[in-house]
Amino acid sequence: MTAATALALSLLIPFAGSILIALAAGNANLREAVTVTTAVLLFADVLWLLSMATAAGPAPALMIGEIMPGLTLALAIEPLGMMFGMIASGLWILNSIYSIGYMRANLEHKQTRYYVCFAIAIGSAVGVAFAANMFTLFIFYEILTISTYPLVAHKETAEARAGGRTYLGVLIGTSIGLQLVAIIWTWVATGTLDFTKGGIISGKVAEAMVPVLLALYVFGIGKAALMPFHRWLPAAMVAPTPVSALLHAVAVVKAGVFTVMKVMVYIFGIDFLAATGSSNWLIWVAAATLLAASIIAMTKDNLKARLAYSTVSQLAYVTLGAALATSMGVLGGSMHIAMHAMGKITLFFCAGAIYTATHKTEISDMDGLGRLMPFTYGAFLIGALSVIGLPPMGGSWSKWYLMLGAADADQLVVIGVLMVSSLLNVAYLLPMVGRGFFTLAPDAPGHGVPQAQAAGAAPVPGSGRPPIREAPLFCVVPLCLTAAGCIVLFIYGDALYRLLEPMVRP
Amino acid sequence: MGVSDILGLFNYWMVIILMMIGFYTVVSRGNLVKKIVGLNIFQTSVFLLYISMGKVSGGTAPILTGKPEVYSNPLPHVLILTAIVVGVATTALGLALVVRIKNAYDTIEEDEIQAADDETEFGDPQAAEDHRR
Amino acid sequence: MIAAHLPILQVAVPLVAAPLSVFCRRGATAWTLTFVVSIGAFLISIALLGQVLDQGVLSYQLGDWAAPWGIEYRVDAANAMVLLIISGISTVVLPYARVSIAHEVEAHNQTLFYTCYLLCLTGLLGMVITGDAFNAFVFLEIASLSTYVLVAMGAKRDRRALTAAYTYLVMGTIGATFFVIGVGLLYMMTGTLNMADLAERIPAIGANRTLVVAFAFIVTGLGLKLALFPMHLWLPNAYAFAPSAVTVFLAATATKAAVYLLLRFLFTIFGTSFPTFEPTLTYLLLPLAVIAMFAASTVAIFQVDIKRMLAYSSIAQLGYMVLGMSFATVTGLTATIIHLFNHALMKGALFMALGAVVMRFGDATIDTMRGLGRVMPWTMAAFVAGGLSLIGMPLTVGFISKWLLVTAALESGLWPIAVLVVASSLLAVIYIWRVVEAAYFEPPPEGVTAGEAPPALLIPTWILIGANIYFGIDASLTTRVAGEAARALLKTAS
Repeated sequence: MTAATALALSLLIPFAGSILIALAAGNANLREAVTVTTAVLLFADVLWLLSMATAAGPAPALMIGEIMPGLTLALAIEPLGMMFGMIASGLWILNSIYSIGYMRANLEHKQTRYYVCFAIAIGSAVGVAFAANMFTLFIFYEILTISTYPLVAHKETAEARAGGRTYLGVLIGTSIGLQLVAIIWTWVATGTLDFTKGGIISGKVAEAMVPVLLALYVFGIGKAALMPFHRWLPAAMVAPTPVSALLHAVAVVKAGVFTVMKVMVYIFGIDFLAATGSSNWLIWVAAATLLAASIIAMTKDNLKARLAYSTVSQLAYVTLGAALATSMGVLGGSMHIAMHAMGKITLFFCAGAIYTATHKTEISDMDGLGRLMPFTYGAFLIGALSVIGLPPMGGSWSKWYLMLGAADADQLVVIGVLMVSSLLNVAYLLPMVGRGFFTLAPDAPGHGVPQAQAAGAAPVPGSGRPPIREAPLFCVVPLCLTAAGCIVLFIYGDALYRLLEPMVRP
Repeated sequence: MGVSDILGLFNYWMVIILMMIGFYTVVSRGNLVKKIVGLNIFQTSVFLLYISMGKVSGGTAPILTGKPEVYSNPLPHVLILTAIVVGVATTALGLALVVRIKNAYDTIEEDEIQAADDETEFGDPQAAEDHRR
Repeated sequence: MIAAHLPILQVAVPLVAAPLSVFCRRGATAWTLTFVVSIGAFLISIALLGQVLDQGVLSYQLGDWAAPWGIEYRVDAANAMVLLIISGISTVVLPYARVSIAHEVEAHNQTLFYTCYLLCLTGLLGMVITGDAFNAFVFLEIASLSTYVLVAMGAKRDRRALTAAYTYLVMGTIGATFFVIGVGLLYMMTGTLNMADLAERIPAIGANRTLVVAFAFIVTGLGLKLALFPMHLWLPNAYAFAPSAVTVFLAATATKAAVYLLLRFLFTIFGTSFPTFEPTLTYLLLPLAVIAMFAASTVAIFQVDIKRMLAYSSIAQLGYMVLGMSFATVTGLTATIIHLFNHALMKGALFMALGAVVMRFGDATIDTMRGLGRVMPWTMAAFVAGGLSLIGMPLTVGFISKWLLVTAALESGLWPIAVLVVASSLLAVIYIWRVVEAAYFEPPPEGVTAGEAPPALLIPTWILIGANIYFGIDASLTTRVAGEAARALLKTAS
């Protein structure tokens, strides 16, 4: 199989899969089987592409067609896209298995539509990952927005509708209103939209206007949730949890920060940005988003809302890394795409498992749950540590490189910001774990009045330890796997670094 | 501009006056038939414009007689015949529409029709149902 | 041999068929005749486009009278494309109309409906293909008069169709009369009515007050015909109350032909060097276009009747076309001409979907749309697809138009205009999404059972949606033809 075929398949598999899933609507088991099979096939194809990309020879590329003179739909492999493609396709498998458990346990409606839109969304995420030029990327970016709308508004209640409206409004408003203008401006100024190492802007756009163009891009990429265009993220929490896991860990937000990174490295060029200092303002906007979102996260009692704001904050890490315009910063930011994906998907899986098992959504209700759901809380702890950035979790690597990048750029204040943010992460993530393990649930035996003795019955055997009441297996296994993934990413951090390093090599 | 200029351009002054009378009638009168009358006057002024411009000083009717003569320009006459036909068709169509409107609304005054339409759109749905054929 | 006479056949075939159709006793027979004629016209227009792309400008002299004394039909890339749009849309609408009109127009009027339809088709095709200014007026009036009748035929469903037709008649006649005054003044100064000849003689005369007045009358008259803000008042009601198939046909073709005539008069006949050319474009057409884009989109958001909402949307889209024109660059004109084509596809599909709703429920208000996602899934899916195209989603034709328009604005250095274009597209998101939410998020009213539209209505709708997506993915043909047309109009080599 040639590289071009593999690339074509990487799009064909998910989109054809979505049609097959729709056709299998009548039989739920068949439909789920098709979903998981499609996900596995896609991941296999992406791994094949990885082997071809890391082997000697030219990078795989595919020209699909020309839409307008000079504007082509084309795919090409490069390190960052390869990493994002792997994350999207790999985590899709786990997310599908988790969805099966979640959707069936909660008796959700319209499940076929859910799986079909999921497949299309992942397909468009892969399209974003492998896009060879900004035009192709924009096309798949928009398809991603439209295909995730039915997922966000899935519950079809009034809140779901309002959430969907915010979601669509902010994302389409930014993409058509800002990003499209930036893209066409680039096209008119430079005559090309191909992603090129070293950027295509230098010399073609007046230096005073470069920050403006950068602003149009960065704020236009609404999926990166840079403040003040972050509102869609908490609004999308009305979706079922597997959708949130998809949106906030795997596809949508990662597509956003991926695009930001791609634009800054391949359209502007890191050296160009460093030389002209056009991205300095972005360092401060990203840092502000980082801190503000963390502080807001601390005030939220709803677990999903807290995780949403945590995501806004973590995404700003990636933008910050790119804005530092140093190779360490770019590498740190890029690695954070992978690390955060693994960590956040674990956290969201846990949130969904808690909801499925206990129907609880507010953190203050979750005292003592750690004893009932040790696997879930254990995974949550691991995910939280990764997000905070402590070894031996993968998140520590990305934080380390980000700090190195800040030092390289002589932005010592940023190092301080990163440290403060880690402390804030501790403040909004760990208490929940602590309360889960170390306090007792309000209705657990041994808490307050000994009900059993009051009723005259014999004391509960086993010295008062409550039985384990986990979420269904289909939910628990994926979250344990992703938690393990956080540790795996720590061990293989070097491999990831070597994969990404060609991006910044001159 | 001397008196001979004003008198010499008499046709064109008439064109303008008729055009404005016609246009004003269309705009200011509420009766649908009167609007069509105005439209007709408006169109007639255009006919006068064309015919006036075709007249060649000292020219006669453009019919070939064999003797060398100065002829008026026949082309505007041809154009105006076409335009007159268009005008007739428009008038006929307009009046036919007025007859249909009269049957449907029982009035041909613009303001009353507007009121009935507004009622259909915004007003009492039952009354609107009653009005409908 | 026929190939040499294609230009006249393009107009003569529907023209002759029109009185013939009066003799058809049943509506179905009249429909068959109309459909066959329309297919013929479509094939002729394809052949003409092919010839133009091969040979360049085609010139045909009626009755073998040499131009500029005789009437000449001139076909270049610009009109060939518009001819294709008109005949193509007509061919796709007619299968749709067979069922839709049988339902919406009284039985005894159906034959006459198709007669007027054929006359309208003749008029539109003639308006576009002719190379003679007065001939353009004649065909303009033929098209307009038959349009007034077609609109009035919606009276069976709603009597407001009659007042809409009457208002349209009055305003349209004033517009056409202004146009003919302008043509008369042109004739007075140059002595010719042939468009190519006028183009040569006008620069020789230069800045003459009569010519400037002629320019003003022609621009105003055509502006009224193409519903340029603020002369758009006739359009919303005419589109809302006409029979559904008529709305589809008009929305896709009638105003486009007027836009084409304006392009022809502005760029070919008066030319960019005419003294009032640039000021008119920059200070009149550009601001009016921008106002149309915003005002019409905003009004559309508040409409209860979805047909009228899309009519206001059409006024906004016409604003885009005029905007592209006002840049007077190759990219700008390419954007205008390609939007003529793309908008016909988009609005045609949207109005067809609405027509199916009207046929089932009698009207198409926002209340009627509630829950339609479940009741009429294919129809609503077509509406969503057309709506996404209108918003400008990539892979649809709407995106192509938007891209070219913003590119044209940025190339001319008018970045505020580029921002305004995208801002007004966002307004389209609001009014389209209103309908999508009502259809998919709200339960259908009591007692409404699932019942899709008949295939006769769905298939033409989906053909247009398919074209929407096809020309959004492979825009090479449309961009090429539009680009050539633009260059021909600007009389530049590249």
